Amino acid sequence: MNEEELIPQLFKTEYRKIISVLCKLFGIVHIEIAEDIANDTFLLASETWGLKGIPENPTAWLYAVAKNRTKDYFKRDKVFSEKIVLDFRLNQNEVEEFEIDLSHKNITDSQLQMIFIICNPLIPVEAQIGLALRILCGFGIEEIAEAFLTNKETINKRLFRAKEKLRADNIRIELPNENEINARLETVVTTLYLLFNEGYCSSTQKINLRKELCLEAMRLNYFLIENETTNKPIVNALMALMCYHASRFEARTNEIGEPVLYDQQDKTLWNEDLIAKGNFYLIQSARGNELSKFHLEANIAYWHSSKIENPKKWDNILQAYNQLLLIEYSPITALNRTYALAQVKGKKAAIIEAEKLTLTDNHFYFSLLGYLYTELDNEKAVSYFEIARNKAKTENDKSLLTKKLSDLKNKSNG
Amino acid sequence: MMIFSGEINESFGPSPEQMQSNIQQWMDWFGGIAAQGKIVTANRLSFEGKTLKPNNVIADGPYAEVKEIIGGYVVVKATNIDEAMKLAAGCPILDHGGHVEVRSIIPMNG
Repeated sequence: MNEEELIPQLFKTEYRKIISVLCKLFGIVHIEIAEDIANDTFLLASETWGLKGIPENPTAWLYAVAKNRTKDYFKRDKVFSEKIVLDFRLNQNEVEEFEIDLSHKNITDSQLQMIFIICNPLIPVEAQIGLALRILCGFGIEEIAEAFLTNKETINKRLFRAKEKLRADNIRIELPNENEINARLETVVTTLYLLFNEGYCSSTQKINLRKELCLEAMRLNYFLIENETTNKPIVNALMALMCYHASRFEARTNEIGEPVLYDQQDKTLWNEDLIAKGNFYLIQSARGNELSKFHLEANIAYWHSSKIENPKKWDNILQAYNQLLLIEYSPITALNRTYALAQVKGKKAAIIEAEKLTLTDNHFYFSLLGYLYTELDNEKAVSYFEIARNKAKTENDKSLLTKKLSDLKNKSNG
Repeated sequence: MMIFSGEINESFGPSPEQMQSNIQQWMDWFGGIAAQGKIVTANRLSFEGKTLKPNNVIADGPYAEVKEIIGGYVVVKATNIDEAMKLAAGCPILDHGGHVEVRSIIPMNG
């Protein structure tokens, strides 16, 4: 491997470790200095390794440079060092010899603490995802802007404001205690879930970038599983959910990047390994009494990932949606629940329930009604699909509905 | 608020399958209300309980001298009683000889 391949790879794994350790040392108020030092370290690596070749132990090299840069920083920036000295209550002459703890344990702890700091309800969710991508996953501002379909300035501002907020509240870098950890983990897991969805559902056409976002979310979640303190049922439930979804990655878009709906997917393209991993984590998530929305969603995804037709499938999915709605209402869950109801109790029963939902600004609502009326009353079905098409926001959705309409009209005529 | 009550049937001993299908009926009905985003809280009450009477008399169980027992309650979002009555339609307890009492809630803080 040459340095052009190695550096981006190390950036993804080591960048967050260096920032986390330094941030823990300096306090969150100096997060930007930690970022500067980490950036400098990688800059130096790309300059030096290109000329002199890759060192024997690249990771150790990075840590050594990060240490030296930090010491340089102390010497160079008097204001900073005085502030830090004040914060640490260190003696002036100790600054020379102070140690940066790069033991495995401290690196792991610092990263965990960093995850809790970033996935923090104090800052808006979009900023949480942005910061997670920047600091925990080592993404460039440009990549983040692309993922959010916006420009670099917007992302820079968003991240700046989020860091200001963390600084203003002077969040302490520490792990939540045993009593708090479940509640805080729910926020963390929610952010990782949204990060995953950003990749899975994003409308950007760049399929590689989308996959990368999903993989990063899975990597961070795996990090929580690897650590005993955070290896809780809810974390395993999210992992199962992500594995099941990710198993369909290859099947859900065709060669030219168009979406392929679940029903039309080539099941041989589903990734068996990921489905098996999903099953494994689903079982792990069943320890304890907790039943979070991630458990229920993973359970639904389990049934959708099974290739064998089981007569109980839709019954189970309907029950999971019922419970999910009791935990947290969302229009899309209500619509999915009604679709499941149609599979269990027939379209007529589902129409009665669907008409009570009155989600009239949601195009999926009309698309569901169109589906339910298909074959029962094709004229009505057509008119609902037409409303849905008028309300659809993306070209993909519009073209899917146009196809449905033409299929339906052909059937009625033939 | 909907309060579900039914007569006490001491010989009532459903099979696990009956229990399962009973729970499913309830969940399907709850799910229908929840899908409209109208459930505030829902709770089933267990048979375990005690009753406190004047002079510190404590009776075991909630059902000592009553013919009917409250099995659970749901708080729903509805603008008036009629709307809540519509939501109550189809409640599984109606198929098991029970009834749903629909009452409006007056907030304590004004």
